[in-house]
Amino acid sequence: MKAFKNILAGLAVAMVLFSCQDKQKPNYQFFPNMYAPVGYEAYGKSDAFANGMEAQLPVPGTINRDFVPYDYPNTPEGYAAARDSLKSPLEKNEVNLEKGKALFTIYCAVCHGDKGDGKGILVQNEKFLGVPDYSTRPITEGSIFHVITYGLNMMGSHASQLSSNERWEVTQYVEKLRADLMP
Amino acid sequence: MKNVILRSSFLYMLLAVLMVTLVFSQIASAQEGDPVAGKQLFNSNCAACHRVNQKLVGPALAGVTQRRTKEWLQKWIRNSSDLINSGDAQAKAIFEEFNKVPMTPFPLLSDADIDNILAYVEAPPPAPVVDTSVASTTAAPAEGSQNINQIVLAALVIVLLLLTVMLVLVRQILSKIAKANGIEITPTGRKPIWKAFAENQFLVLVTVVFLLLSSAYFAYGYLMQVGVDQGYQPIQPIHYSHKIHAGANQIDCNYCHSSARVSKTSGIPSLNVCMNCHKSIAEYKGETTAEYSKAFYDGEIQKLYKAVGWDPEVQQYSGETQPVEWVRIHNLPDFVYFNHAQHVTVGGVACQTCHGPVQEMEIMSQFSPLTMGWCINCHRQTEVKMDNNLYYEKIHEALSKKYGLEKPTVAEMGGLECAKCHY
Repeated sequence: MKAFKNILAGLAVAMVLFSCQDKQKPNYQFFPNMYAPVGYEAYGKSDAFANGMEAQLPVPGTINRDFVPYDYPNTPEGYAAARDSLKSPLEKNEVNLEKGKALFTIYCAVCHGDKGDGKGILVQNEKFLGVPDYSTRPITEGSIFHVITYGLNMMGSHASQLSSNERWEVTQYVEKLRADLMP
Repeated sequence: MKNVILRSSFLYMLLAVLMVTLVFSQIASAQEGDPVAGKQLFNSNCAACHRVNQKLVGPALAGVTQRRTKEWLQKWIRNSSDLINSGDAQAKAIFEEFNKVPMTPFPLLSDADIDNILAYVEAPPPAPVVDTSVASTTAAPAEGSQNINQIVLAALVIVLLLLTVMLVLVRQILSKIAKANGIEITPTGRKPIWKAFAENQFLVLVTVVFLLLSSAYFAYGYLMQVGVDQGYQPIQPIHYSHKIHAGANQIDCNYCHSSARVSKTSGIPSLNVCMNCHKSIAEYKGETTAEYSKAFYDGEIQKLYKAVGWDPEVQQYSGETQPVEWVRIHNLPDFVYFNHAQHVTVGGVACQTCHGPVQEMEIMSQFSPLTMGWCINCHRQTEVKMDNNLYYEKIHEALSKKYGLEKPTVAEMGGLECAKCHY
């Protein structure tokens, strides 16, 4: 009987040891002297700011590098003005078109479709509806840029994901797609 | 003269007949507008701003044919601004109610198209088919086979243990019976096996060496995983399924993690990026399982709305935001420099190379060990993409010549230099 008890005890110890492997907790570290940063890290907690986190909104009026002022307001009038008078500062060439295509595939094609016909994967799965065919809308390079910047109807603003220059590259590619779709 | 009158009256009659047929055909088409064709038109033209039963950018459309006349609706759909400017009271009221956002004019829609759309809007939308049983059974096999394997293994272990215990017990009982019957078990002339083993020095030596080596092996394995978080899978404050977003919906990783292209960190998407889609997607309509039900997913979307301060009822932001405390999974020690842009944009490395099959992960976990050996290994094996890179053409040529290789690896470009990552 004693042997039996020993076996049971051994099993219990083994189980306790294995149950320590918790996937929801990070592994323990050995002398993590230089592991944790002294300064604050991206997205980390920090006492340096009032709300305790590193991610802060820019101070009002901050202008970041490569910032290009955009004076058209996010109103129907602003849209009309951009459509009629805003022009791309970019040269129309293959390099910009290629960059625009890569960015379009990432940021637009999921709804607007690879051809810009409004039949992206999300539309096909009926997750996101009402995406127009580019050729059925009277859009110009100014209005395309305006809509990427501010969004329109159910489309959100993509200004936080694409820089001003990148938005112009996408605009150039959208114009090409629209021309290809035209009957 | 008479002839003329006759002809003209004949013409009038013909016109009248034509008018009547036209009117009738219009009424007929109004009654028989095709909801199926209407759905297609609605989805491609109207759904950007309208839902049938929900207020979005524009009003909910259910029952609109009772609220407005058909002529009014046709005018409004073709060009709402004209109707507003003509001084129509209803048109003005609705324009004011929805913050003076003009509706996109659709001059190209025919009467039949508009009838179809209205037929779809008025037809009760079909109830969503909830088929959790099918979904759960289709999802089960992959996990099921793994579970069955584990169960079989566990059963085998238990059976073996029971057999050993039974053997010991049987032996005890037999010796007791023998004692009770007065039979003395006389030891045979042979030595016990352990004694024979202990006296054989060679065997002892081999066993000791084997035990030492195997314990060293396990001790090494144990020590090497200290500080390695492979498989780390924390619970996040909002259950975000990469399987749904990157898998089923095929959204590019860079859509949300947009700073991976251009910066050191891959970027935790700020909630405005979520709202680019979730402004209009308030409920989950995809595959569900018993564990992850529709109610569960819908609840998680509500958590997002709460954090970002979005009120889906009035379709407006309240301004009360609550930061989400995401738990960081991939974390390199501070003494290592790693730059996402360098790998994603310059190297063209797919996200999955390091992060694994993220598009299949319901709960995100760390796929790679993120140890130095793992980094070095990849640097040794990965060839540098040199095609069409005119800027570095000369240095690439010189490197190829130096190493006598068609395509140098990252290591030969200096990817093993200590100071590349440690400084």
